[in-house]
This record gives sequence, structure tokens and C-alpha cells, in this order.
Amino acid sequence: MNAALTDWNIARRQIAGNAVSIGFAVAMYGVSFGALGTTTGLTIPQTMALSLLMFTGASQFTLVSTLASGGTALTAVIASWLMGTRNAAYSMRMTPLLKTSGPGKLVAVQLTIDESTAMGLAQDEEAFQGRASRLAFWATGLSVYLLWNLATFIGAVSVSAIGDPKSFGLDAAIAAGLFALVWPQIKSRTDLSVAFGGALIALALTPIVPPGIPVLAAALVSVIVGWVTSRRLM
Amino acid sequence: MWFAVLAGAAGCYALKYVGSVIPVRILEQPTIKKIVLLLPISLLSALVAVQTFASSQDLVLDARVPALAAATVALKFKTPFILVVLLAAVTAAALRYFGLAV
Repeated sequence: MNAALTDWNIARRQIAGNAVSIGFAVAMYGVSFGALGTTTGLTIPQTMALSLLMFTGASQFTLVSTLASGGTALTAVIASWLMGTRNAAYSMRMTPLLKTSGPGKLVAVQLTIDESTAMGLAQDEEAFQGRASRLAFWATGLSVYLLWNLATFIGAVSVSAIGDPKSFGLDAAIAAGLFALVWPQIKSRTDLSVAFGGALIALALTPIVPPGIPVLAAALVSVIVGWVTSRRLM
Repeated sequence: MWFAVLAGAAGCYALKYVGSVIPVRILEQPTIKKIVLLLPISLLSALVAVQTFASSQDLVLDARVPALAAATVALKFKTPFILVVLLAAVTAAALRYFGLAV
């Protein structure tokens, strides 16, 4: 009993530490989102509303950059929805692990994003009766929510001070951050081929279809591989 | 602009919610279970690829590529997340600062 408690305390501290690290890593990008929002014509309240209410970075960047590149409000909205469809899949994946209901569920839904899902899934699902997965999801979701919004505010108000986010390597940081999130999920040769397949399809489609669509098309790789491999097992 | 902000946010929340109310028995089917398990892998990998090689609709090789290579080495050595991210940022920033990459 004592040994189990100690193990849980160690695991808990490690998970909380990782959650805070991810929050700070994402915050670096939140600053650039805030800056991008106000430089492309949104007001500070509008930029903040996106981080508080939409709270899914890729959709936020998609919406703002579509508006900035001359897209209409409607095309910007649709692009952000397309980018957000993967959150439905994340939510579907996380719901059985989280076991929430009522207001807690409505909050969990809002916190379901790349980082919280990846952290939740990076834990052994059976570890500590599922507590490790749940803690990782909640700690990461809350840490990212708080720091993402704080960072958006800082970026939005100090837009003139930070200069070009690229000169700080922020674009490379987000690529590395996403890579670090998918890395622990790749546990088999099938996972690896799905990862490469998804990446290749997205790159092949990038020059020919509007931004946002290539990433969605990559989801087809999971559908096809999942269908074929589960048939083979039966 | 408020229309875009609020309609976009409402749709994104609805998408997150829809995923949570799909009946559990549907999730228990082996094919669905496998597909849902694999979905984040293809989507995140696609995002990594796009975030590394795409510049709007062009494919480019710039400072992000060596930065991601550095991150890969760090990940192989089980480096903590924040250091992986910082290493990539510093690599890209340094290459740009010294004019070795755009």
C-alpha cells in the first residue's frame, strides 16, 4: 500500500511537471498568436476571444491567417472548423478514459486539444486505475489553457515589441513540440507507417489544396490502415 | 470580424462535443477502436510535416528542417519536452541570425 502510494506520488509529480513544461512551450507560440491576431486587424478582445473560446491553436492560426490573406469571414470560419475536426476524434478517444459527466464534462470537452490528448494517451491507460491518464489530460489541458491565454494577451498587447516570431525560431519550436507529442504514441511498425503516410499525404497535397485540407486528408491513412489491420485480426 | 471569431469558436466547441457523445458501443468495435487510436498519429504527423516544410502553399527547405533534425536527435536520447522545443527554437534562430538559412 505504502509502496503504491509512493509510486503514485512520484508519477503524479512527473506528470504535473510535464504538464507545466508543455504549457510553457505552447505559451511561446501563444505569444506569436496574440501578436499575429492584432497585426492582422483583429482587436485585442477579438484575439483574446479566440484563445478563450475556440482554444485550439491550429484552428485559431488558420482563421487569422485566412483573414489576413484576404479570405472572407465565411471561408475563414469553415477553414477553422475543418482544422478543428480532429478534436472530435480526440474527444472520442479521451471520453472513455476520463469518465466525466455534467459541468466537468463540458470543461473537459473544451480542454480536448492536441497536447492534452497526447499527454493523456502517453500514459499507460491501466496505470493507477487510469488515474495517470486522467491527471495527465487535466493537468496538461489546464496548464495549456492558462498559459496559452496569458501568452495570447502578452502577444496581443506588446505586438510592436517582439518583432518577427521567426527570428526567435518559434515556427521550428512548434514543429518540434508537435513531433515530441506524437513520438511516444508511435509504438509499432503500423503506427510508424501511419505517421509517415500521414506526413507524406499532407505534403503532397499542400501545393494543390487550400491550407487545412492536407492535414484532414492525412486522417484517411488512419482510417484505411485501421480498417485493414483490424480485419486481418478477425 | 466578431462573426468570424464567434462562429469559428462555436463550431470548434461543437466538434469537440460531438466526439464525446458518440455512443461507447460504437467505440468498442475493433475497427473503430483501431481507427480512433491511429487518428492522432496521422494528424499530428501531418501537422509536423506541414509545420516543417510548408510556407502557405509552397514546400520549402529552411531553418526549420535542421531544427527538427536536432529535435529528433534529442528525442532519441529521451530529452525532456521543453528542452526538445528550446533546442529546435535555438537551432532555427541561430541559423537565421548567422544567415545560414532563411
